[in-house]
Amino acid sequence: MFDLTGKSALVTGASGGIGGEIAKALHAAGANVGLSGTRVEPLEALAAELGERAFVLPCNLGDADAVKELPKQAIEAMGGLDILVNNAGITKDQIFMRMSDEEWQQVIDVNLTSAMRLCRAVMRPMMKARWGRIINISSVVGATGNAGQVNYAASKAGMVGMTKSIAYEVASRGITANAVAPGFIATAMTDKLNDDQKEAINKQIPASRMGSPAEIAAAVLYLASDEAGYVTGSTLHVNGGMAML
Amino acid sequence: MSDVAARVKKIVVEHLGVEEDKVVENASFIDDLGADSLDTVELVMAFEEEFGIEIPDDAAETIQSFGDAVKFISEAA
Repeated sequence: MFDLTGKSALVTGASGGIGGEIAKALHAAGANVGLSGTRVEPLEALAAELGERAFVLPCNLGDADAVKELPKQAIEAMGGLDILVNNAGITKDQIFMRMSDEEWQQVIDVNLTSAMRLCRAVMRPMMKARWGRIINISSVVGATGNAGQVNYAASKAGMVGMTKSIAYEVASRGITANAVAPGFIATAMTDKLNDDQKEAINKQIPASRMGSPAEIAAAVLYLASDEAGYVTGSTLHVNGGMAML
Repeated sequence: MSDVAARVKKIVVEHLGVEEDKVVENASFIDDLGADSLDTVELVMAFEEEFGIEIPDDAAETIQSFGDAVKFISEAA
């Protein structure tokens, strides 16, 4: 249904469960995909799996200079940059009273500041093309808050405000900016939880289960499509009803 | 009119969709020619492309009118 043939997409955090699935979905719709992340091995494995139209673009998002170079490298590799998916994120959970400035700053730098820098860098090619899609992966906790995640929740709420403001500025140029806010998604990270913990989580979710990375990827694919051209500044919550926002 | 001025005028006319005779020396992009702030950024991008120059952000902010643009580009190109 959604055809991205001829479009080029950059996905950060593509070495992770959700990012990898997003890259696969965009690729399956015909897009060229730039796979960014810090761990090269999983990126290369994913690129090998995808075959043609996949490019490995390693980048440490905590490094401002590297972030500056990333869009240029993506454009060089793919010949353009039409879709940006800011998916990379880290957590440094800690009860607030004990949270250090470093724990705060690292999470803000990677999750929010690097996303801002990438958004800014893609403005020029997207403005010229009169077409662009910015999709920022936020989180349900950006809207609801979560104990132990003051830094993470702030970064994810920050992404929403940033996304809306960008959407205002460039809507007249055919560029949309939206956020996707996943709830609990089954990934390598949640596999580590024991059955009791998983059950406690599922009790909070009307759908009684965690979501899959593919369900996040489907939301991203929609927002990247031509069909979603009239959707901008919105946050698409994909959380099994856990928070109805 | 200099070659630079003619090329700048062509870009302004095309981008902002204004009459050629409105694009005079002191015509302000925003106040006289109906540009918004995003248009001024795009005009600068178009000037950079047309003349193969780089216009840094702080210089771009000083380019408010047709005359400013011609003057800046004539000195830079």
